[in-house]
Amino acid sequence: MSEIPILKIGDCLLVSIQVDMHDRLAMALQDDLTQRIVADRARGVMIDISALEIVDSFIGRMLNNIAAMSRVLDAVTVVVGMRPAVAITLVELGLALTGVRTALNVDKGLALIRSIIDDSEHPDARRAG
Amino acid sequence: MPDDNLVIAALIEKHKQTLLRGWLAAQKRDGGASDSADADLSKRFLDELRGTAAGQFNDITTAEWKGMRDLLEDFSRARVTQGFTPTQTAIFVFSFKEPLFEMLRRELAADGDQLAHQIWNVTRLLDQLGLYTIACYARTREEVIGRQQQELLELSTPVVELWDGILALPLIGTLDSARTQTVMENLLERLVSSGAEIAIIDITGVPTVDTLVAQHLIKTISAARLMGADCILSGIRPQIAQTIVHLGLDLNVVSKATMADALALALRRSGKAVVDRARPVETGAAGQ
Repeated sequence: MSEIPILKIGDCLLVSIQVDMHDRLAMALQDDLTQRIVADRARGVMIDISALEIVDSFIGRMLNNIAAMSRVLDAVTVVVGMRPAVAITLVELGLALTGVRTALNVDKGLALIRSIIDDSEHPDARRAG
Repeated sequence: MPDDNLVIAALIEKHKQTLLRGWLAAQKRDGGASDSADADLSKRFLDELRGTAAGQFNDITTAEWKGMRDLLEDFSRARVTQGFTPTQTAIFVFSFKEPLFEMLRRELAADGDQLAHQIWNVTRLLDQLGLYTIACYARTREEVIGRQQQELLELSTPVVELWDGILALPLIGTLDSARTQTVMENLLERLVSSGAEIAIIDITGVPTVDTLVAQHLIKTISAARLMGADCILSGIRPQIAQTIVHLGLDLNVVSKATMADALALALRRSGKAVVDRARPVETGAAGQ
């Protein structure tokens, strides 16, 4: 069984999903990821799905779950690189992934996580500025 | 009976020139266009008819009538593009009855039974050919309409880049499912290619917003959000604002009354500001 690699960039974790997800792989990913968030004291999680041509309700739910778990561990989750066709399919399926933040690509995703973390760490600085 | 058909074929061969003359005259009188191209076409029609008439008359969908079908199809197509009416198109075939019946009456005057029989035969054949022509005409027209619809769809859903990272989607006309699909696809494609993070959806040109249109808007906004772009809804007219509230719709999106307001918000969100040209010079001078 293949494993999905989790890369560390600063205080963010990058997960790039490039294979078809199935139950056990999803469970393993959630397991690994939660452990890594705690171990690395990560503040952000980026899930790159630019390689996925098909995202079904199962993966949609998995993304929601990961976001919820990360939130509990005080990390922001950003899903990046969703293809237009995938976005349309998810909307048609009624899965708007409201609990998940999104960005166009890894670059923008990283910037988004950075701004969210900065906001939460220095809420006064922004207001003053 | 094949014998009948041979009789017709032979008679057409024998009186070809007379038939052609009579036919062209009838076309002209009945309002079908009559020029050299038509004369040539009529001649080809006659040749085709003479060649095929030796076979059977009952069914023009068979292989032996393919030449004739192609001829009529090309003819209908040409008529559509030239802007002829269906009547003018059908007259081409139906006006052939007159010279043909006249010829049959002359040739078969001695045998009343045979005459009636042959007239029935050719009537049925020409009716079939005429109907086929009209069917082709209608089909071509439908193709034209379909193509225009498609073009209209593409024309009416432009995605405009207002600023670096800010896209605008001015919607004009009623949003139905097919258009929403196109709008959504166009917008998402442009989000990818331009890397924009904010999209302004302007509904000034949408005449009414009902629950269905609202649902389509929500879908578009959700899809854009999944791609990492925020949407701002603008151009909401007072009546539409009332309708949205009366229908109990929750669009769940930042909305502005005008495109200008939406652009101002988008610029602010992306950390840009529009300033009067006079002022920065003043502050610059004060700073020095």
